[in-house]
Amino acid sequence: MEKRVTFSKWTIGILFAVPQLFLIFTFFYWPAGQAVYWSLTLQQPWGGGNIWVGLDNFRSILSNASYWDSITASMIFAGISTGLAMTIALVLAALTDRQLAGSWLYRVVLIWPYGIAAPALALAFRFILAPEAGFMAVVNQAWPGFWDPGLDGADAMASIIIAFSWKYVGYNFIFFLAAFQAIPRSLIEAAAMDGSGVIRRFWDIQFPLITPTIFFLLVINITESFQDSFGIVDIMTAGGPANATNLMVYKIYSDGFKGLDYSGAAAQSIILMLLIIALTIVQFRFIERRVHYR
Amino acid sequence: MASIAIRGVKKNYAKTQVVHGVDLDFASGEFVVILGPSGCGKSTLLRMIAGLEEISDGTIAIDGTVVNRLEPRERGCAMVFQNYALYPHMSVAQNIGYSLKVAGVASAERAQRVQAVARVLELEHLLDRKPMALSGGQRQRVAMGRAMIREPKVFLFDEPLSNLDAKLRVQMRSEIRKLHRRLSATSVFVTHDQVEAMTLADRLVVMNGGRVEQVGTPAEVYSRPASRFVATFVGAPAMNMLEGTVTLDGLSLLGGSRKLNVSRTGVPVGSKVAVGIRPEAVRMVAPGTPGALTATVDLIEELGAGRVIYVDLDGVPFSIVTSETVHPEPGSSIGLQFAETDLHFFSSETGARLDVFKASVPEPAPATL
Repeated sequence: MEKRVTFSKWTIGILFAVPQLFLIFTFFYWPAGQAVYWSLTLQQPWGGGNIWVGLDNFRSILSNASYWDSITASMIFAGISTGLAMTIALVLAALTDRQLAGSWLYRVVLIWPYGIAAPALALAFRFILAPEAGFMAVVNQAWPGFWDPGLDGADAMASIIIAFSWKYVGYNFIFFLAAFQAIPRSLIEAAAMDGSGVIRRFWDIQFPLITPTIFFLLVINITESFQDSFGIVDIMTAGGPANATNLMVYKIYSDGFKGLDYSGAAAQSIILMLLIIALTIVQFRFIERRVHYR
Repeated sequence: MASIAIRGVKKNYAKTQVVHGVDLDFASGEFVVILGPSGCGKSTLLRMIAGLEEISDGTIAIDGTVVNRLEPRERGCAMVFQNYALYPHMSVAQNIGYSLKVAGVASAERAQRVQAVARVLELEHLLDRKPMALSGGQRQRVAMGRAMIREPKVFLFDEPLSNLDAKLRVQMRSEIRKLHRRLSATSVFVTHDQVEAMTLADRLVVMNGGRVEQVGTPAEVYSRPASRFVATFVGAPAMNMLEGTVTLDGLSLLGGSRKLNVSRTGVPVGSKVAVGIRPEAVRMVAPGTPGALTATVDLIEELGAGRVIYVDLDGVPFSIVTSETVHPEPGSSIGLQFAETDLHFFSSETGARLDVFKASVPEPAPATL
């Protein structure tokens, strides 16, 4: 079936596209182009001209060990928080799908975390995970010094991962639940008649049928964990202790606006953009093959 | 092969009861069709046998074992679903072989058994296809293959033909019949299509409003409907119904304008009854023929081999099926005649069949109304 919209005059089509193109250009291509330009120059912190330096900014960043630490931290953060947020959401959605009474309530309640601004939720988690007064204070009382995100880099990383995952569990849950409910009930029943138990049915029938959703969420979660983590890091750890949570997106901010190295920050954002593009391409090339589209 | 015994089975959803105490016995190897309008509880009953629906009250026993608390897989039933419920991400072979895979059958034996089933159903050339790439009839066969391969004690069919076009439906109907003769497993087939029900059933169960109205062979159900509901539900076009009142010497019909001479026992004078006559049992005669009813032709439906003539009988719609090549003009008058032995009597109050009436005029003389 022909689904394409056709216009009698090509100018009408262009006219329809212009507002959208204008927005994309203004808010994406223009700033991105500006960042590329800055990354190839040396900007003066207080304005007043710049010097063309070619790829020098990139060379100096990539030869800096602390930048590679930041990439590693970002990768660890992205990997664990995506895994955590998706697994928890998947389990919750699978359980909810079986007992549908009142599921509308879960849907509403579980989307809220996603609606909370990152700094607000980070502040909440800062209190919840505070070593002297929060939940972990109980553990610290039994094993003094067990939990201290202010001193221990691993603890700090764990805190921001927990906060970020908490936010995305709700988001993922909505998609997973919708995907589960899109599977015809009779398929599950047919599998039950075929002798398949609950766990077996999940792996043989439900899981393969929600792979399109899993793939979509994987791409979104990884991308967002590189970009949306700023507010949480800024409030909870400010990149510390000892740069243990200085994720790429936070380092761009601190180098640029605190260190006044605009050019270096611009180069870092180009690298971050390329990294996300590369990761997305990899996912589409290698993981999408295993997706069953219906 | 297994017998099924259903005892006082009820089903409640929250506060509403949809199946009100059903008692049925299906013999081993029998092909039973449960027929009823949508919402009569027939599918719910089937799903309770399958174990997909909890049994609120009563017991269901398969081969003498009460299965109320058993998981679907432990009951030895296989089911063919209305929408086929094929696993969309699996090939035809995987779909058919899934139950064996779950049961841990070695892949060599599995492939062999899938082949055997595919041969019976003529699916051999489609084994590598995904369900998406199959036609409706082929999907239907795969669904049957998936049920067959388990060699179940009981086959359950939940309106499996309703998604097919008319021609395929007739074809699949005879295939199901042949398959049953070959496998002779106890089969329970749920449908709202009376032609399907009549042609497939060894025994027919007619359900309405969560209750069983009648159990019998298709011929019995057709010729001696146990209730007014069965009489009008089975048979197409539906049985004609005339309201009447019991009088001292018989029945008064059509608001007293006609009299029917029948003897009665035990029905008080003045009680209301419904008199049914199948459209096939009505004969058309020239208007004014002595003893015939006169009616006005409304509409004629040509069926090729015969025709349905809809007439107006003193304001009551009435239909006649005839194979004669007569074409009365709409608006013209015709005469109607029928044998009294073809009449069915039902209580207007309860709808139950009344066999207390005896036709007073013996065959072959035509009835006079």
